[in-house]
Amino acid sequence: MSEEKKSAPLFSKKNMALIKNPLNTINPVTIQVLGICSALAVTVQMDNAIVMSIAVMAVLVIGNVLVSLMRNIIPGRIRIIVQLVIVAFLVICVDQILKAYVYDVSKSLSVFVGLIITNCIIMGRLEAFALGNKPWASILDGVGNGFGYGLVLVVVAFFKEVFGSGTLTIPGLGKLTIVPESFYAMDYMDNGLMLLPPSSLFIVGIYIWVQKARNPELIGE
Amino acid sequence: MAINRDSNVYTIVFATVMVIVVGGILAFISMSLKPLQQANVKNEKMQNILQSIGIEATDGVTREEAGAKFNDFVKRRITINYNGEILSDKSVEDAIDPLDKLDAFNIDLRKEYSRYVKPIMSKNKGDDAAIKDALSKSADIHFPIFVCEDGGQTYYVLSASGKGLWDDIWGYVAVKSDIITINGSVFDHKQETAGLGSKINEDWFQDQFIGKTIEENGSYSPIGVLKPGKDLNNHQVDGISGATFTGVGVDEMLSRSMEVYYNFFKANSEFKK
Repeated sequence: MSEEKKSAPLFSKKNMALIKNPLNTINPVTIQVLGICSALAVTVQMDNAIVMSIAVMAVLVIGNVLVSLMRNIIPGRIRIIVQLVIVAFLVICVDQILKAYVYDVSKSLSVFVGLIITNCIIMGRLEAFALGNKPWASILDGVGNGFGYGLVLVVVAFFKEVFGSGTLTIPGLGKLTIVPESFYAMDYMDNGLMLLPPSSLFIVGIYIWVQKARNPELIGE
Repeated sequence: MAINRDSNVYTIVFATVMVIVVGGILAFISMSLKPLQQANVKNEKMQNILQSIGIEATDGVTREEAGAKFNDFVKRRITINYNGEILSDKSVEDAIDPLDKLDAFNIDLRKEYSRYVKPIMSKNKGDDAAIKDALSKSADIHFPIFVCEDGGQTYYVLSASGKGLWDDIWGYVAVKSDIITINGSVFDHKQETAGLGSKINEDWFQDQFIGKTIEENGSYSPIGVLKPGKDLNNHQVDGISGATFTGVGVDEMLSRSMEVYYNFFKANSEFKK
């Protein structure tokens, strides 16, 4: 409606905040506590976490754009259903593409790809942001939240894989051995608990602790 | 705007158009990616079969190579039923026809297990004789055999499918031409606990089966998966600590299927060399 808004630079301070804030002060996982379930489950190996983050970001960005473009024609009474259809559509696309081109990853992510549909971050951003903002801002919001989600996943996966399996699986580089054989020779053992979902809770908990200690303004009363 | 976005007509028309458009696009994507996806599944199966032979030439074969190498090693594909009758017998010259349901390569053991074997086992729980009787009467349960050759040696790759703690587990076991000594094995699972039951697809677990036999004093002896740390005889392997039920599942599926294969080989002397 107002013309002067259009002329705002693409990477204005306000727009950059859409990308930066979700990384820290409004992180979807650690501050808003959304999308926790997949953060607990797909973090056993680094490559799974990275692919999952990319998949969520892709769905989030494209979903945001589509909803933002359609925000003036979506009937108000069925808007949640419309959002759900868009998300489900995108997720099935992602699932099909993974199955065709990166079969091993799709096998190890198994049901969690389908569960992106229920990832609260996505519906949350569509409903709270894309429905009321222009496409460009929605893209940035999607990228920012996707990175915020991915950041937590990667950090959790790093600790889980290093301490749980002694390796790091990076896409393109394969499985790197982090804990040297000599450690195992000295009776070092991988921690089996780190491979199970509960350990993610501990790591996410410590993450939130560190984050809040560094950002005192995040601490509530 | 002239259109009332809150009217029922608008809502219904919008919903209808949206569903048709989305459905159409999805159908198109699914159809165009299907050949790639099916090739992946097929190559993985070939990879598993080749790796289970336990010979150097196919050790560590990748999924992409498996499709090309499969026919170099697998010379004959046989499908038998529980009673040991041959239902299909194809040589390497017969290409795998995806529509031929009886071709050993097309037998979907996981599906057969959950659809036909599991109901029989839970219905007759604890009554081994009744289970065997029901299994032998079922026309839907098949046992594929892949006859592989390498350097003048013959190996028989046998398949098994069963249930772990959470979901399906399956495996391929290769026996030497003496029909009783295991030469290699590959196991896999759908979603056993990561780091515990999921270890059945690791080398150290699979390699334990090498050299074990399925015969004792001229009769069938199943391969047992024991709790780790016990003394093992020639028919036993260590299970995985913390994954008792996955071990029990491997134990069960092997003893059930290997018996059928053992009896088949005993009854058909052409296979023993």
